[in-house]
Amino acid sequence: MIKCKTSKEIGGMGHSKKRKEDARFIQGKGNYVDDVKLPGMLYMDIVRSPYAYAKIKNIDASKALEIEGVVAVVTGKDLEKYGLHWMPTLMSDTQMVLPTDTVMYQAQEVCAVIATSRYLARDGKEAVRVDYEPMKPLMDPFDSMDPDSPVLRSDKEGKTDNHIWHWEVGDKDKTDSIFRNADVTVKQQMHIPRIHVASIETCGCVASYNKVENHLTMYMTTQAPHAIRTVIALVAGHVGLTEEKIRVISPDIGGGFGGKVPVYPGYVIAIAVSFLTGAPIKWIEDRSENLQADSFARDYHITAEMAGTKEGKILATRFKVLADHGYTDASANPSKFPTGLFSIGTGSYDYGASHMEADAVYTNKPPGGVAYRCSFRVTEAVHAIERMTDVFANKVGKDPAQLRMENFIKKEDFPWASPTGWLYDSGDYHAGLKMAMDALNYDQLRIEQAELRKEGKLMGIGISTFTEVVGAGPSKDFDILGIKMFDSAEIRVHPTGKAIARFGTKSQGQGHETTYAQIIAEELGIPMENIQIEEGDTDTAPYGLGTYASRSTPTAGAAAAMAARKLRDKAKKIAAYLMEVSEADLEWEPGKFYVKGAPEKVKTIQEIIFAAYTNHPPGMEGGFEATHYYDPPNLTFPSGAYICVVDIDPETCHIKIRRFVAIDDCGNIINPMIVQGQVHGGLTQGLAPAMYEELIYDKAGNILNGTLMDYLVPTAVESPHWETGHTVTPAPHHPIGAKGVGESPTVGAPPAIVNAIVDAVKHLGIEHLEIPVTPFKLYKELKKVGYFEE
Amino acid sequence: MTKTITLKVNGTEHTVEVEPRTLLVHLIRENISMTGTHIGCDTSSCGACTILINGKSAKSCTILAVQADGKEIATVEGLATAEGLHPIQEGFHLNHALHCGFCTPGMMMRAVEMLEKNPNPTEEEIRWGISGNLCRCTGYNNIVKAIQWTSAKMQGKELPSTEPEFV
Repeated sequence: MIKCKTSKEIGGMGHSKKRKEDARFIQGKGNYVDDVKLPGMLYMDIVRSPYAYAKIKNIDASKALEIEGVVAVVTGKDLEKYGLHWMPTLMSDTQMVLPTDTVMYQAQEVCAVIATSRYLARDGKEAVRVDYEPMKPLMDPFDSMDPDSPVLRSDKEGKTDNHIWHWEVGDKDKTDSIFRNADVTVKQQMHIPRIHVASIETCGCVASYNKVENHLTMYMTTQAPHAIRTVIALVAGHVGLTEEKIRVISPDIGGGFGGKVPVYPGYVIAIAVSFLTGAPIKWIEDRSENLQADSFARDYHITAEMAGTKEGKILATRFKVLADHGYTDASANPSKFPTGLFSIGTGSYDYGASHMEADAVYTNKPPGGVAYRCSFRVTEAVHAIERMTDVFANKVGKDPAQLRMENFIKKEDFPWASPTGWLYDSGDYHAGLKMAMDALNYDQLRIEQAELRKEGKLMGIGISTFTEVVGAGPSKDFDILGIKMFDSAEIRVHPTGKAIARFGTKSQGQGHETTYAQIIAEELGIPMENIQIEEGDTDTAPYGLGTYASRSTPTAGAAAAMAARKLRDKAKKIAAYLMEVSEADLEWEPGKFYVKGAPEKVKTIQEIIFAAYTNHPPGMEGGFEATHYYDPPNLTFPSGAYICVVDIDPETCHIKIRRFVAIDDCGNIINPMIVQGQVHGGLTQGLAPAMYEELIYDKAGNILNGTLMDYLVPTAVESPHWETGHTVTPAPHHPIGAKGVGESPTVGAPPAIVNAIVDAVKHLGIEHLEIPVTPFKLYKELKKVGYFEE
Repeated sequence: MTKTITLKVNGTEHTVEVEPRTLLVHLIRENISMTGTHIGCDTSSCGACTILINGKSAKSCTILAVQADGKEIATVEGLATAEGLHPIQEGFHLNHALHCGFCTPGMMMRAVEMLEKNPNPTEEEIRWGISGNLCRCTGYNNIVKAIQWTSAKMQGKELPSTEPEFV
């Protein structure tokens, strides 16, 4: 049970307050980008390449332009005149806005059709004729490493291979030495497949340039409106569009999950066309375009190794990654972290040596990869360590729960310095796993499993005890294109004691309008119902880097608390003045200051705020407003203990999740209902790559499942009933002790599920299964080990 | 070439001229300017555009506007009445069955029809019943819970708790 410091009426931290934002969504009054309609608006559709790699011989737009209502067809050559045919990615690579001569992946933008309606734009798109000269694409990243392979990025001067970057961390010599001398070493190759965020709303924008004012208003589905404004200014500053002339409005977003962080070519084309025509341009992707062209996630090929004693003590890990970035590195990582925060992959275990390295290469696939509900490659890292822990446990013949218990970092050893350079802030891993095991009666399940095996039935229990790293981040290490990754809150309290607060983040369903209000209510004692939250308009909100990587609570949430504390300090001064006592004589209780020992002498926060406008102390600034930019001293390290139980049909290989218990520790909880909702959703997004989702390409570069007909987003039928709980280990360095939670379940669920499936069949000789574990894949593996009689 | 059609949307009659190829969802969103009905895919897979046609749930992205000539359409905007919210709207709000809200209108319209036909569905019936509607945010737990709550409410039964349950 979570203890609350405030009354239910104030509704501070710990109350499961119902969401304030729901009212508009349940009544069809949300305002998403495709709902924006401006006078004189034109529609844009995009012609896309059917080939993965081809020269463009000719673009014939004449038939399209004959259609009444088609206004223009824009090609790369048109944009080249303004220097807008290429743009930088967030990782300082370059990406085509529209090609002038070569297409690099199937579904790449080739040219854009502008028309007076959505349907006419599509007609125009169908009428454009493009002649291509197809070339043989590079689809396998291992082939890209081959020195004999063609150089894909010949646009880059002096480029002689397909290599993008090399990264490494940890003590190689120490790690190698432990591996040489260890009793037991295990090694496993694994692929974390290319997947897609597939938010139910696709991406899109309405770019509206006002020629008279030289001002651009950009309505777009962006998770990071301020960063986008700066990027637009950097890209288009040379044509006179400077940052004060740009307003980015991110309206309600229908799910983001990291896919709405990057700048996609469609946005830039829409801006360019609006700039040239003076008309507002709407561009809304189709679902198929979204799946086929927008940034993918994952696609890491990992060789993972673990060394330890025969008693089951983990001594060292070694990871080697090959990252397939498609034709450009369009990740959305902090600049200094090309492989994101993959180095969290040493896991929740107490050992002193690890070495990790990664190489990234170009292929003829769409660019990426984004941090899909994941704090930058943490999902890949957690999969590797949690799978290897099971492989190791199996090798030394120890129960995977027991082995974890014996290797966990102890509660009293925090803050704990990891071998790859992180300082884990806090955790109680033993308590979390114990709680999950108790919830399922783990020991009884193992007995049942042994009995079922005797009957030839396949049942497995899988564990994942992960550590996340979120809340990017401290400005000494974390920036995007040089901009430090702090975040902001601005609180304005009106004379009657009601407030509006604005943030540099942007909710995509996380419930910020409710939880931020609760943080301010906790600190100031103003009822959360009386605090209006706004985000997503760069003209009104303070600067911030947006919502992704579970960073909103760790950064902007902290800023809200700090800004509110500035106001509480001011309130105390006013209260002392009003009651004619010294500040030292005052006690705070949520919502009021009273005189120590004389609780009848009291001023409510509302009275104090009114005085700030009507009767403030001489010499004090009037009003009641505060802003705070919060630069976190450390990242936060949420953790979780997940256990999955599966039953497998021995004939059809159908995998049924019998139970799934998720115990999360995200530090102090602002709203238990919302935290639980985040966990439910994240778990289903963890189930998805574990069992269903993967973007599949053939050798010719064709995507084989680029629609929602065949890219299997789980429905309510595939999703099990999730059971959740929590332990609470506050983040010691965070103003409200919170850690962030949105991504933990997506990160932690896949290895729990796969470990359960492997556990069900390991007695048959299967040590590892690649995700997604489909029934057919499992069938083939079981067939290989002779399970099915011929 | 256009065709004139007449249809009732949430009880109000509209006569509109449409191209025969116009999808019903575009008619609703653009001609009638009711943007609560959403578009989430191009293969009839996601259900964000679910509405009721003569009381039967349908994906309005897969139906031509002209097919709705003479029909009665119900969208999310028509759920609430002067008396207040529809129980399904209350159910979704109280049980935290929505995050981003994009799938919510379609999901609720589907649930309305399901509960009309089967006022007291089991969890499995609910899960299969909404399996044509994708939600990427909630993991479905609370959508199931919301529909169970609405079922109780509509039948005047004792209401289940709307507080989150933890192990």
